[in-house]
Amino acid sequence: MTTATPEKETAPSVAYVPTAESLGAVLASGEQPPRPSAWSASVTFGWRAMLKIKHVPDQLFDVTAFPVMMTLMFTYLFGGAIAGSTGEYLQFLLPGILVMSIAMITMYTGVGVNTDIEKGVFDRFRTLPIWRPSALVGALLGDVCRYLIGSTVILLLGLVLGFRPEGGFTGVVLGVALLIVFSFAFSWIWTMFGLFLKSEKSVMGVSMLVLFPMTFLSNVFVNPETMPGWLQAFVDVNPIAHLVAAVRSLMAGTPDGGEILWTLVSGGVILAIFGTLTMRLYNRK
Amino acid sequence: MSNNRGELAIQASGLIKTFGKTKAVRGIDLEVPAGTVYGVLGPNGAGKTTAVRMLATLLRPDGGEATVFGHDVVREADAVRSRVSLTGQYASIDEDLTGTENLMLLARLLGHRKPGARTRAAELLEAFGLTEAADRQVKNYSGGMRRRIDIAASIIKTPDLLFLDEPTTGLDPRSRNQVWDIVRIIVGQGTTVLLTTQYLDEADQLASRIAVIDRGRVIADGTPGELKSSVGSGSVHVRLRDAAQRSEAQQVLVRTLGTDVSLQPEPVALTARISGEDSGRAAAEQASRALAELAAAGITVDDFSLGQPSLDEVFLALTDHSASDSEEEVAA
Repeated sequence: MTTATPEKETAPSVAYVPTAESLGAVLASGEQPPRPSAWSASVTFGWRAMLKIKHVPDQLFDVTAFPVMMTLMFTYLFGGAIAGSTGEYLQFLLPGILVMSIAMITMYTGVGVNTDIEKGVFDRFRTLPIWRPSALVGALLGDVCRYLIGSTVILLLGLVLGFRPEGGFTGVVLGVALLIVFSFAFSWIWTMFGLFLKSEKSVMGVSMLVLFPMTFLSNVFVNPETMPGWLQAFVDVNPIAHLVAAVRSLMAGTPDGGEILWTLVSGGVILAIFGTLTMRLYNRK
Repeated sequence: MSNNRGELAIQASGLIKTFGKTKAVRGIDLEVPAGTVYGVLGPNGAGKTTAVRMLATLLRPDGGEATVFGHDVVREADAVRSRVSLTGQYASIDEDLTGTENLMLLARLLGHRKPGARTRAAELLEAFGLTEAADRQVKNYSGGMRRRIDIAASIIKTPDLLFLDEPTTGLDPRSRNQVWDIVRIIVGQGTTVLLTTQYLDEADQLASRIAVIDRGRVIADGTPGELKSSVGSGSVHVRLRDAAQRSEAQQVLVRTLGTDVSLQPEPVALTARISGEDSGRAAAEQASRALAELAAAGITVDDFSLGQPSLDEVFLALTDHSASDSEEEVAA
């Protein structure tokens, strides 16, 4: 009573009166068309994600301002010290900072899932006779668009700053494609946490705890050869490091088949494990 | 729609759900005949929502069994989902989206193509008096409009069974009456409705049968008339001019009415239950006799009213504790 927003009907003089004719007519025509396919249901949820971006454009802040800040900060912070000049360093850093920024953005997927569930709109989705994972797959399809926007912003900025990829347009597109495919799989870690953890804040907290070591303890900023042995051992098995190596090789025009395969396989394993866990939680919720 | 007479929309036996140490539902049996409004009445925390969520396939029961139109809610969840709709206690609508977008989204998830979804959304908005608000985000809707769009979303595909979880909690009287009218029309078209509520008068207005739930169990069920007569026809509320006369007044009321008379927190107020199988007229007769006796005893009555039994009184009659007690206990 107290929480309800004030009556905003523009013409309160004509109060709504439900009539048997009008309601009866919509009830009578409520026949069910054939069920949508898994793909079509997922795309519909993707459409929902697009509508949410349209209505709440602030959520694009993290895919635009954040990557710009990351790129500028690290290029000028480390450029002189590590590679002698920022121009030189950018050729090495840009693919890495691209992967790092997008990997960090993936955590908002978990936050989004968590808020959705909190608000009860998932209750309705879960009582619909549709392919069960479609709500989450659709949300991730929406996120893929966000990753694309983020990647474009970083690449354009990089080009302005002097990034000149040897692999040309094709190499860059292939690099981004690999990054997006991996990020789609990687995001299922966060959907699991989004379903599992109680609040938005704890989802953020846990995500940072996982993402910071995974992105910083890698080959994004420096060549791992200068690191102590135990750290090199971690970098060797860190899927983000393999992704960085693969993206770097594609953009440099010297595709490294081994790293690309490593990336695809690790993405597949992450999807299989966390996708299954997510769906189990989703069905039990 | 094609419901045979006597078919059961819901049949549940021994449903149990435990959250950690809290036994939210501890053995609920329900039989809901198709084509009726079935009321589930109980205070906050009685287990109403948990029971509904199990029947709507949102929660897996820890024990017991339930079928919806003959389909098991666990093993044949998909078949159940294709026949039910749920309007939750909290609006199950995306607040960031507009009315049209919300309905189109759900229409598409139910298999409509884009143009079909648009038409369906428009006709539903029209029928629910929301055409003007169609392109506004739902977060800017009033409480009553939000309820309406929520119900509209539940009948995009006409469900055979509609769950309405506390559909009027927090609504102003006008919006509440609109929701009641909508429910009556929906049932009139052949949909079965399972309605949970905290208000006896709501269950009384809409439901043809009521189950009273307390602490995760069904403690009574029957028609509204049966339930009310088990409680008594109502209560007499008396306010005296002089607090000093209260104990005398209590004795007079006990003698005339032959029931319990409870002292209210205010020092001048008393409430007496009117007992038994009497009809409303008999209740009025008893009350006026009590009033005459009070006057004869020289007790000045400032205010006097005859009330319907409240949910709390239903609870007092059916259990040995009041509805608000049970709420505290669950919260503890």
